[in-house]
Amino acid sequence: MTENQVPLLEFRGINTHYGAVHILKDVDLSIFAGELVCLLGGNASGKSTTLKTLLGMVTPTTGDVVLDGEIVTHRSTSYRVERGVTMVPENRRLFKRLSVRENLELGAYLRTDRDGIANDLERVFEMFPRVKERLNQKSGTLSGGEQQMVAVGRALMSNPRVLLMDEPSMGLAPALVQTNFELIQQIHEEGVAIFIVEQNANMALSIADRGWVLQTGKVVLDDSAEALLANPELRASYLGESGNR
Amino acid sequence: MTATSNGTPTLEAPGLDWRRQIRFSLIGALSSAFIALAGMPVGLDRRNIIQPLLSMGYLSLLWVPFVLASLAGSQVVLEGMTERVRSSKDLVAGALVGLGSALGLVALMILVKNFNIRDPLVNWSPQLLDLLSFNRSAGLGMVFWIVLGTTLGLMGGAMHVVPTAVRSKTLTVLLSVLAVSVLETFITDLLKGFQLEIFTDFIYYKRGGLEIVGALLVAALAIVIPLLVGDRITVVRTRVREMPADERSRVNLILLLVGSALLLVLPFFLGKITNELLANVGLFVLLALGLNIVVGLAGILDLGYVAFFAVGGYTTAVLTSPNSPGFSPQLPWPVALIVVVVLTGLVGLFIGAPVIRMRGDYLAIVTLGFGEIIRLLFLSDWLSGWFGGAQGITNIPGVDVGFATVNGIDPRSIFLLVLVFSAIAIYISWRLEHSRIGRAWMAIREDEDVAEAMGVNTTNTKLMAFVVGAVLASFSGAIFSAKVGSIFPTSFLMLISIIILVVVIVGGMGNIVGVIVGALVLIGILGGPKQPGLLQEFSEFKLLIYGALLVWMMLKRPEGLVPNVRRSRELHQEEFLQDAWLKGEIDTDDEENPS
Repeated sequence: MTENQVPLLEFRGINTHYGAVHILKDVDLSIFAGELVCLLGGNASGKSTTLKTLLGMVTPTTGDVVLDGEIVTHRSTSYRVERGVTMVPENRRLFKRLSVRENLELGAYLRTDRDGIANDLERVFEMFPRVKERLNQKSGTLSGGEQQMVAVGRALMSNPRVLLMDEPSMGLAPALVQTNFELIQQIHEEGVAIFIVEQNANMALSIADRGWVLQTGKVVLDDSAEALLANPELRASYLGESGNR
Repeated sequence: MTATSNGTPTLEAPGLDWRRQIRFSLIGALSSAFIALAGMPVGLDRRNIIQPLLSMGYLSLLWVPFVLASLAGSQVVLEGMTERVRSSKDLVAGALVGLGSALGLVALMILVKNFNIRDPLVNWSPQLLDLLSFNRSAGLGMVFWIVLGTTLGLMGGAMHVVPTAVRSKTLTVLLSVLAVSVLETFITDLLKGFQLEIFTDFIYYKRGGLEIVGALLVAALAIVIPLLVGDRITVVRTRVREMPADERSRVNLILLLVGSALLLVLPFFLGKITNELLANVGLFVLLALGLNIVVGLAGILDLGYVAFFAVGGYTTAVLTSPNSPGFSPQLPWPVALIVVVVLTGLVGLFIGAPVIRMRGDYLAIVTLGFGEIIRLLFLSDWLSGWFGGAQGITNIPGVDVGFATVNGIDPRSIFLLVLVFSAIAIYISWRLEHSRIGRAWMAIREDEDVAEAMGVNTTNTKLMAFVVGAVLASFSGAIFSAKVGSIFPTSFLMLISIIILVVVIVGGMGNIVGVIVGALVLIGILGGPKQPGLLQEFSEFKLLIYGALLVWMMLKRPEGLVPNVRRSRELHQEEFLQDAWLKGEIDTDDEENPS
């Protein structure tokens, strides 16, 4: 993405505190339209807080969240969802006792354009024929892979411009992780910007354009995916542990 | 041992599981002794089930060996589901469990005869011993119990062994006789309205309970009627189900209209007592429907729900009664109702706003506190200039509808009023459940964070549930005021919150029909906190039974008496698929089989 373009979603010097604990320290991020980027980091590095701040579930102490040129730091989550930011939560977290259909409909909760919703539902069915088969089933009874499909489908139902994915490979079998990342690429090819937050650095970097590495709330590396993959520091700290497959 | 009728695989019955039988026997022994010491046999002896064979008192003990023995029968866990298996060993198992239960009573009899600890245990009494000895000698009584317990256990076990048709027939007969006996007041009253006293005079003993002939008649009818009806009901039902959607909805509409019409004329065929009883049930239906929205749909555990009932009741009293101490506009009830609804909604908003930010246990505790605070405010000297403190507000006029006054003197009119408002509440609940906000409530119930991430404004949506719940409770409060004519802080005890919650849980959370059934069964039969039910003799044991029922439901049937039809229908097929998947029969490239 070119330099003079306005980022779709941006962090400008974000600092986030939980009480006295300083979680995010001067974090700057930018996601351009149609880009696939990833944020890497270990446990307690501030990944989840980054997502919550992006989505407005946590308000930063200083700094600004900018969505499409507009400062949305103090705007509600629903305001941002309406303008195209959606999250696929960690571990899928479907509404377990609701049917697959109800889950998908909740993804489109803020939308009022019936035709658009129907179109997107068709799009989800096309992408995941199995979701269509299981439409009236309680989502909690689905298998892990199917739940992942519904979770992604639910997020797509909001017709997002940028999809935030929290640990998409967590809790999935290795074979499924592969399928899952292929799926992410497929969505990306449809023009949706994707922001992956991952511990599985190898996999995420293999499909991403750019990436950041977060360590105890600070961005310590900010580079292209290839450069990060080649980075000796990163190889030692991440790829050595979780990338040995 | 045998293949079950629906074509599932042949199951091999396991041998006698001694530990299971011993456990069930112990449960039986302890339950029997507990029930005896709780005073149920003595306290309920006055009430006949079948005169002179069986009283409610004896029944409170006799069901134990039968039910436990039928539960103790063998079962196999198949594909994640527990399946019954027929096996003649179940007869032995049942007899053992029955014997175990009886031995519990025998041990109790020996203890009662030889020791006296009546001081802490009020029911450790000679009356209990006499009753357990069937008014003969204790030794004879013990022998009798052993024979009776073993026989009943054997019969319970037999329920497992006999063909399904026989089992369901037997259960139908037993339950019909029990139901006709328990519902005596209601049935007598109803048939009297149709001038059919001859029938009730024939089957019922004049001081309560069925005559033997009556019981036999009911049993015969319970066998004959299903034979006559045959499977016509299923045929009609499948035909309706296979109709095109618009035709089906037309049929449903007609059924609904006929049902409503029947309900509306019903009060005119009922006597005072039954109308009064059903009016009480209706008040609780309204409350339970409201709480169902809060707890069942939105998942907010509100333990202080009585607060809104109280606000509704007190506001109505203040606005309509000439005796209202502070402010007494003496508005007519319908006008007052508008103010009541608005005001209670506002109170819901005010209580809800701080509370709604909390979750789970914290929220439950805080709502519990608010419920009490509201009652204490009405009781306080500080506000007694407005609400009369402990003296309450009296002389509440009731509802003037032109040609008549709806008040407690005429329970029929109150019942009609309650019916109308229940219909309104059902309609509101139903519409909301299937609306966008209903879906948002369910999403919050399932996972609040994710609901928020989907763009649901969780604070406002939860507040909305609180307010709608408050409004439905205010209907109930307003009618309650008009019905009883005077209200006091003691009318709004915390117990009411708990009872409503039990009604919702037992009926089935988030399920309108379930909640209504729950109120009918619990309030109608056992009675409310202060209102008597059909089984007035039970009032002493009401809370015991409520508690036991709650525990049992939470353990065995958390979905409630009436499970959500739509979901369970889906699940019955799908669960099977899931289990097959678990066994690897269906290939779903998943984490179970990583490549």
